[in-house]
Amino acid sequence: MLEVCGVDKTYEAQPLLQNISFVVGASETICLLGPSGSGKSTLLRMIAGLEFPDAGRILWNGMDLASTPPHLRDFGLVFQDYALFPHLNVFDNVAFGLKMKDRSSEEMRARVAEVLDLVSLRGFDHRKVTDLSGGEQQRVALARALAPRPRLLLFDEPLGALDRALREDLLNELRGILLQTQIPAIYVTHDQEEAFTLAKRVLLLHDGQIVQQGAPADVWSKPNSVWVAQFLGLGNAIEGRVVDGKWRVETRFGVFTVKCAHRHQVGENLHLLIRPLAARAGMNQIRARVMDVVFQQDHFKITFDGGLYFYVKDEPKIGQKFGIKVKLECLG
Amino acid sequence: MKRFSILLSIFLFAVASCAPKPAGPQNLTVMTHDSFAVSDSVIQAFEQANDVKVTFVKGGDAGEMLNKAILSKSAPLADVLYGVDNTLLSEALSADIYEPYASPALKNIPAEFQLDPSDRALPVDHGYVCVVYDKTYFSTHNLSAPQSLEDLMKPEYKGLLVMENPATSSPGLDFLFATIKHFGDPDYLGYWKQLRANGLVVVDGWETAYYTNFTGASGQGAQAMVVSYATDPAYEVMSAPTPIAEASVAAVVGPDTCFHQIEFVGILKGTQHLALAQKFVDFMLGAPFQADVPGQMAVYPVALNIALPDAFTKFAPIPHQPAALSSDDIEKNRDAWIQAWTDAVLH
Amino acid sequence: MLGIASLHEMKSNSYSRVLLWLAPLTFLGVLFFYPWFRILAFGLSFETLKPDNLQLAFHVLLFTSYQAILSTLLTLLIGLPSAYLFARYEFRGKSLLRALTTVPFMLPTVVVAAGFNALLGPRGWINLALMHLFLLSNPPIQFVGTLGAILLAHVFYNTTIVIRLVSNALSRLDPKLEQAARALGADHRRVGWHVTLPLLRPSILAASMLVFLFDFTSFGVILLLGGPTFATLEVEIYVQALQLLNLPLAALLAFLQLLCTLAFSILYSRLSAQLTIQSAPRAAHPPKAKTASEKVFVLAFCILLFVFFVLPMLALPLRSVSRLDADRGQQTPIHYGFTAGYYAELFINRSNSLFYVPPINAALNSLGYAITTVILSLLLGFPAASALAKPRALEKILDPILILPLGASAVTLALGFIIAFGRLLISPWMVPLAHTLVALPFVVRALQPAMASIPDRLRQAASTMGASPFRVWQTVDWPILSRATLSAATFAFTISLGEFGATLLLARPDYPTIPIAIYRFLSLPGALNYGQAMAMATLLMALTTAGIMIIEKQRLPGAGEF
Repeated sequence: MLEVCGVDKTYEAQPLLQNISFVVGASETICLLGPSGSGKSTLLRMIAGLEFPDAGRILWNGMDLASTPPHLRDFGLVFQDYALFPHLNVFDNVAFGLKMKDRSSEEMRARVAEVLDLVSLRGFDHRKVTDLSGGEQQRVALARALAPRPRLLLFDEPLGALDRALREDLLNELRGILLQTQIPAIYVTHDQEEAFTLAKRVLLLHDGQIVQQGAPADVWSKPNSVWVAQFLGLGNAIEGRVVDGKWRVETRFGVFTVKCAHRHQVGENLHLLIRPLAARAGMNQIRARVMDVVFQQDHFKITFDGGLYFYVKDEPKIGQKFGIKVKLECLG
Repeated sequence: MKRFSILLSIFLFAVASCAPKPAGPQNLTVMTHDSFAVSDSVIQAFEQANDVKVTFVKGGDAGEMLNKAILSKSAPLADVLYGVDNTLLSEALSADIYEPYASPALKNIPAEFQLDPSDRALPVDHGYVCVVYDKTYFSTHNLSAPQSLEDLMKPEYKGLLVMENPATSSPGLDFLFATIKHFGDPDYLGYWKQLRANGLVVVDGWETAYYTNFTGASGQGAQAMVVSYATDPAYEVMSAPTPIAEASVAAVVGPDTCFHQIEFVGILKGTQHLALAQKFVDFMLGAPFQADVPGQMAVYPVALNIALPDAFTKFAPIPHQPAALSSDDIEKNRDAWIQAWTDAVLH
Repeated sequence: MLGIASLHEMKSNSYSRVLLWLAPLTFLGVLFFYPWFRILAFGLSFETLKPDNLQLAFHVLLFTSYQAILSTLLTLLIGLPSAYLFARYEFRGKSLLRALTTVPFMLPTVVVAAGFNALLGPRGWINLALMHLFLLSNPPIQFVGTLGAILLAHVFYNTTIVIRLVSNALSRLDPKLEQAARALGADHRRVGWHVTLPLLRPSILAASMLVFLFDFTSFGVILLLGGPTFATLEVEIYVQALQLLNLPLAALLAFLQLLCTLAFSILYSRLSAQLTIQSAPRAAHPPKAKTASEKVFVLAFCILLFVFFVLPMLALPLRSVSRLDADRGQQTPIHYGFTAGYYAELFINRSNSLFYVPPINAALNSLGYAITTVILSLLLGFPAASALAKPRALEKILDPILILPLGASAVTLALGFIIAFGRLLISPWMVPLAHTLVALPFVVRALQPAMASIPDRLRQAASTMGASPFRVWQTVDWPILSRATLSAATFAFTISLGEFGATLLLARPDYPTIPIAIYRFLSLPGALNYGQAMAMATLLMALTTAGIMIIEKQRLPGAGEF
């Protein structure tokens, strides 16, 4: 079990990560989700032992890893740009970790065949890594990380360099492999589809801090801040002011009745989330002029004057005044 | 553009500095080897008498100088060439670089020196190339003087002999020929291999050998014996700033240990100043220059009836049996001998 | 619109391409190929190929290879740790040290030889100091004239090649590869052995090949620091040609030399083609040394490199202003101390001086030759480079031909002149022509990338906005080309200034150049001659260093290192 406790990191005198704490249990896949440059990769490198935190500790099964150099931690590392050794072929790449552990050659051969099979690259042993496609290279990278039976897997945006179709295929395969091998994993990405597909728990990273963590469904249904809502593309975040004690909030788009988790004072400002799918029932309704209509696979995305957007089944006309029932939630 | 104009102005400056010199006394260029020297007064007398400015170009050692002259035959580097000696004579003559000139001053010069019947190369001075040793060093180190060529192989003289490269230097070549005469071909190579094993030092030119390597001169070098001229002791006495009674160097003048060297001057073909060149040759063969030779270049003049300095008669012994080779032999074998020597000693 | 179309058509018109190649090809044809044809005729005739000659040639080839291999190994010994130092650590004075290691490469061989002479020669600083300290009568350190001197000078010259090529490759190595290896269980040593070193192999091999090539064709160093005992192919060609006048044998040796250098050059270009294998520029600057052992390594190597590269070049100008021993044949007491006398002597033409003119005229001659070389090589290089920038089928055939003079050494080029033009040292113009031959490949290589980098789109855009072809050239091409031109011009200038081998064979005594003057002065005894040699060498060092700095400032991205 990996435990990260209160890790801080500054970069060029600016704080990069602040008070990062989380736990990864046995066979758990957790995902660090956040925009590019938010320090996710640095955190991963610190866990791998390639960088050192300015404060805080990283523990494995209760033992502080500060004195353990990276080559003794037994954590597998998979990079976005594969980082395969160009001077070695597939077999030698995959067997590298085993070689460092001085395994016998029969052992190596058996294990390499096993992992190559796992990543659907059977028979690729003697291919040159530079001849492989992006997807194939990433599978080799995965096989390489898996071969020495690591205690923990660390993924640094591994699908970022692949095109969309390939990414989806590999994503599903990866999910299957993680389930099969049961190795705990930390998966870092900025793509929420990857995060939600793979992770049991999602940690949202913003401005160097973990702003929300939880199961994907929980985070989806109960975002705790405007930023989370916007980052996950959950809907329209707007500001409002409480007008009375009966859950009524006044906003730019009208007055609505919103039930929040905690009571707010009258006159208090708060943030609301308007989900893009229309509500079935409810009293909250918005009527505005349609400014733009875009077809998106199985619905139409309409944008109102004022910036709010919704998904509807029937195509309205631009310029038409349209009314829609809306779902409102409190944020934070 | 600014850079370009800087470049342009440098170019123009360079071109301007190559502008032709203003007219005045005529110019005569004489190419010599590095060891040439003449008193200022003697040369100035000639210049004034003939309204000419004489410039001396040092062309390196005799061998290299001659080769450059041959390579530039059709556009000669100078008007007069001095410094080819009897070992290089056949090569110079067959390369046909000289203009024949039967100077009237020749009648004052013994026939034995006039090796070129066609009067293209005219003799100027002669000397004896021998091994010269530093008496002071020898007495300090309790060494006895060598008497013969064989003696030089003795272990007590290890590392003490410096010699000039015969490919470039005429004293070097002369000494090589002395050993060839003495030991014969090809036994001389065995001798040289022994000398090499005995620590022989080879340098490119006489100047370096004498003034850098030789212990007896101002260079404070490491070798107490140098291939040089029999007249060195006399020269030392003559050029000492305070009078000294004895020379501190001496020459080894046993049989076959010295080689008789004659140096020649010739007018280069294609010269633009033939008349002046002829006058210069007359001058070199004439009394004032010939009398100057012993003091400046430490060799003997060839002309008759030239008074030698006292020091010469007292300190410069004439070797009894100098080694000599026929010019035919030299012409046929010189290159092969030099190459064989180079292989045996340098490579 | 029409303007661009016809411009384009003209460019791709094969007729005009031939025109572009006309001047450089004629130049090469007359001054390179024709002489080489004559060399081959001389050297490969039956009389020349007799056993004696072949044996000599083999013997010389053996020694040349031997000293080149030794030199290369020693250079790697110093160069590889230095490359690691520069690629992996940040420290104070890093860029200065880096520049210092580069300077020797561009310095003329006579300057380097003079510098080492000033430091370690029989009248050099160290020997004089030792003699003074321990009251010795003879210089204790025998340096000049030994194999060690040659090797040391070679290392001095060529370490920068190893440093540049290898540290470039090292710093372009994707750090993620090493991180991946570490995560897979490799400690530092194993990372180096299994990952870093194999990935560096192409650059190390390429660097070694280039260093070997330079050591193989070394001339000035062997001649000036080795003395008559050591003969490499280059030196032997010179000796046979100028001292023994055995031109056929010289030609045979020249042919051998060309074969070898061509083979090595081809090998090198193959190896350097593999150099672009792994590139991910290291985003961050390398860190400062952290652990104690790292700090010791950094400090020790910095000191070593500084001493090694600075001392000889410092010894030179210092020696030129110090009177420390007697003039040739001087019997009067010596006035020790600092003096500007040797510099003053350069302006005096004594009646029995070494040269026809005051030695300072050698500097003017050198400058004149250098400027001529610049003009000629630019005139010839521009058309060749612009044709090569957009290569078609014609260029693919002609490019290797243009590279050929690079493979032939300067001495063999000069030999070609001597043999081809009927044993003539016709005029002082032979020298700048030879210099142009030597400089041309460098000029073309300096101009070509810049020309290739001018995007057609820029030209098209300018044309569509109404610019005439000349205006297009002036506003689009010239700004990009001007820096490359300055760089190319400075290359030609510096090469010409320092050229020694070809000039030694071709120069007339009445038109000496600075390197010739240095050589002549060094070969004569006495403090006056030595001092003048040091003074001229210092002058040359100053001029070439200025040239180097100009070139470095113009360094363009994309222009290849070597």
